[in-house]
Amino acid sequence: MAMESNPTADAQSTATSTLDTTATAASNATTTAGDRNDPIITVRNLQTSFFTDKEVIRAVDGVDFDIRPGETVGVVGESGSGKSVTARSIMGLVDSPGHILEGSSIRFQHVPTLRSFATTFAGRTVSLDELEAEHDPTSLFDHPEIDATPSTFGYDDREEATLEDFVGAYGDTLEFIGADECVFVRDGGTDDPESITDGFVELTRCTGEIQRKMRGGRISMVFQDPLTSLNPVYTVGNQLEETLRLHQDLSGQAATEEAVELLEAVGIPDARRRVTEYPHQFSGGMRQRAVIAMALACDPEVLICDEPTTALDVTIQAQILDLLKELQHERDLGILFITHDMGVIAEVTDRVNVMYAGEIVETAGVHSLFGDPKHPYTQGLLESIPGRQQGERLQTIEGNVPTPNEPATYCRFAPRCPKAFGDCEAVHPETVPVGDGHPEDEQAAHTTACLLYVDEYTAATHPSSRTPDQGAGEVEAMGGSADAATDTETETPRGDDR
Amino acid sequence: MSQNALETGTAEADVDTGSRQDSDVMVEVRNLRTYYEGDGLLGGTPVKAVDGVSFDIKRGETLGLVGESGCGKSTLGRTLIQLESATGGEIRFDGTDITTLSGADLKDWRRNAQMVFQDPDSSLNDRMTIGEIVREPLDVHSWKTPRERRQHVKELLDTVGLQREHYYRYPHQFSGGQRQRIGIARTLTLEPEFIVLDEPVSALDVSVQAEVINLLEDLQEEFGLTYLFIAHDLSVVRHICDRVAVMYLGNIMEIGPTEELFSNPANPYTHSLLSAIPEPDPTAHKDRITLQGTPPSPRFPPSGCPFSTRCPARIRPPEYQDLDNELWHQLDTLREVLRERDRTEKSVTDRIRELLGKEPHFGTIDEIYAELFDDQVVPPAVEEVLDDAAELARGGNEQAALDLLGAEFGSVCEGHAPDGADEANDADAEEPVEPDYHVVSPSGRRSLCHRHDSDADYRKPEHVLDDRHR
Repeated sequence: MAMESNPTADAQSTATSTLDTTATAASNATTTAGDRNDPIITVRNLQTSFFTDKEVIRAVDGVDFDIRPGETVGVVGESGSGKSVTARSIMGLVDSPGHILEGSSIRFQHVPTLRSFATTFAGRTVSLDELEAEHDPTSLFDHPEIDATPSTFGYDDREEATLEDFVGAYGDTLEFIGADECVFVRDGGTDDPESITDGFVELTRCTGEIQRKMRGGRISMVFQDPLTSLNPVYTVGNQLEETLRLHQDLSGQAATEEAVELLEAVGIPDARRRVTEYPHQFSGGMRQRAVIAMALACDPEVLICDEPTTALDVTIQAQILDLLKELQHERDLGILFITHDMGVIAEVTDRVNVMYAGEIVETAGVHSLFGDPKHPYTQGLLESIPGRQQGERLQTIEGNVPTPNEPATYCRFAPRCPKAFGDCEAVHPETVPVGDGHPEDEQAAHTTACLLYVDEYTAATHPSSRTPDQGAGEVEAMGGSADAATDTETETPRGDDR
Repeated sequence: MSQNALETGTAEADVDTGSRQDSDVMVEVRNLRTYYEGDGLLGGTPVKAVDGVSFDIKRGETLGLVGESGCGKSTLGRTLIQLESATGGEIRFDGTDITTLSGADLKDWRRNAQMVFQDPDSSLNDRMTIGEIVREPLDVHSWKTPRERRQHVKELLDTVGLQREHYYRYPHQFSGGQRQRIGIARTLTLEPEFIVLDEPVSALDVSVQAEVINLLEDLQEEFGLTYLFIAHDLSVVRHICDRVAVMYLGNIMEIGPTEELFSNPANPYTHSLLSAIPEPDPTAHKDRITLQGTPPSPRFPPSGCPFSTRCPARIRPPEYQDLDNELWHQLDTLREVLRERDRTEKSVTDRIRELLGKEPHFGTIDEIYAELFDDQVVPPAVEEVLDDAAELARGGNEQAALDLLGAEFGSVCEGHAPDGADEANDADAEEPVEPDYHVVSPSGRRSLCHRHDSDADYRKPEHVLDDRHR
């Protein structure tokens, strides 16, 4: 316990013991992953809003992150912070009244997929080289209907902007891109798909057939409650075979054989009998294994796990986490792992994004995040976990996650923040780099969106502590809106028990 | 029974006055059993949700109750305050056996013991105002005058960190954490001494969870409450509880002081459970013992030790001491598969197929064997047993195959007498051997495992786990 009170020192003292496992795992992954630096999914300025009669809820409000092959990226935050909506946006599962706003971009960069799509969907494929010859990206900032600035894309200078940035985010506005076009290739003609070596599929523009191919075929999702992902009136085998038929064109005996193999791959014994059983005949852990088998049926590149173990017991959770690790290793999967459990985050992820009210407030390698959290919200989250520090009383964060229903012109955490000062209520913090990063987090930059780390504000004002009374006032004020906040996310953590 | 009735009569007064100062034990539970009878006309096999537990709860302490879902921890909590009636055994509150109470006596006693439920959404009536919800217990027990009731409720809302004005609001106007505070206020109305907290923070976000835990601790100090804290989140339990009981399949596997149990667990199940908790510290390097399979059905608990089907430190028969760990693992999987098959009700089509001599839907035993043992080095002695078992399984007699495997590879853990008459005797003729509780530390911590038996020469669970899993 004493050691846990100072995680940094702890990290150093146990570094030798952890090195042999973590480091070897990392180096193995590097060799199989090829170039780990090339993200397979790039999310830029993702904004997903829900247009209700009463208000516009900005559930996801300008989120940026990458997922690389063989890597697990965590998303953590309280209920209502927009974690699940982020995942559903990537999957193209945002239902009306929710919409992904213009300016958002989700790129899927995978050469074999591009080659196959360029063949199948020739009419929806565009060459970026050809477009660039006709349209200068820097001039697009002056386009009357585009309100982008270089900082929208994370640049200092408009010279750095590329056409990629615009086609994804503003494709609907740019008249030279057809409404259907969503496969963008570079370095290789659209005439000869095999020559393609670079490019991306813009997921925010995917519709119809191409979206169905992406969803399930290239990106799969595992949900929290396995019972809601399984149909109770079909056998597990039936449901697996359906996926195989739709995506792999397998049917009959071949599909059954494949289904049995899939169940075996996720560690279900006696798979041949199990394929003939119904979901209710499976235990909770087995069901989640079956759901994972279904997600992996089409050999996806990316797996999105939305609280996959929240409904399970710890011993079963341990089995599922082991299984995911094993499958990731075998298949070089990129995993986006959403959870509110900091313990699970520490155990499975390489990099972590902390979300609060629709925004990412801190991004760091897992060791930096736990060893040296920068954002007051992250610090609060970690301090409220029992057992992380000594002392009788647990630290709490007063109040609730607010419903983000207006553009952020201030720090959304300021009303609950113990370190807030005057400017926090008036200035929306930009994401800035902080810290040098933990030695074990290779390549993972540590950034946070907090004015405490912007010199011009901290120099002028001393952070003053807020009194607890003010915090309590917020609780009262937000009592009524808390439901709306939880509505934006479909999760109810629960441990079913008789 | 007559003795119990007698005690009820004499101890009744104590319940109201709480005058038994001589002892600091508040609740004594002895060999408590709660079975749910099977459905159907003939009753069927009952579900043994709580299957013979004994423990004490001291006045003013927090006893944690942890275990996987379905292990019976909620049933135990509900039985303690008589929301379920016990099938057997005793629950003595300050000397009164409350399992024998009924009618007005029971209602009177209930003022003393209350419960906070897991889900604040479903445990509050949406159509009642907060005031009505919290006041209801007072109305039921006709406590003082309506005006005094209102006053009392408003004070309670203050106590749990809500505002007095909330009296007239409805549950949907509150966040999850606030709703749980309302639930807590309701349990406090009748000033109980004992509160069962059934997963009170599981549905809450971590920062809200911390607020509710702090509140519970404050209330305990202020009112001198005694808690039974049921949870599956072990870090919360470690924080709030004085002592912990670890449950598995209706039995308490280990019970003792929290810090000691967490830092130096004795029972193999406690070891496995603790090692499965993901720690919020990426530098923590743990050797996780991942348990295989899922807990057996409480309708058909295994004979012998309840944990024997999954135990990572199960005692192995001496003649197979040299078998590879990997092979043991496969043998366990085989038995798990056979058990599953034996329990599955075959569909009509499957039975017809079987009658017609056709291959049943669920593949043959040979496939399982190929999957499990193809890349294993199987010693001839083991192979012989496996072949015999396969023969039985092929004939559709999974139970016989299981018995054979059990007799050969099983041990005292599965209820076989250590060196007694074996093989020839059929299993059901003799009573299966059950493990005993052994005191494993000076603090009186008890653990249910054969390996603690000092008469027999078994190795300690932690050493075995080190060898087999680390």
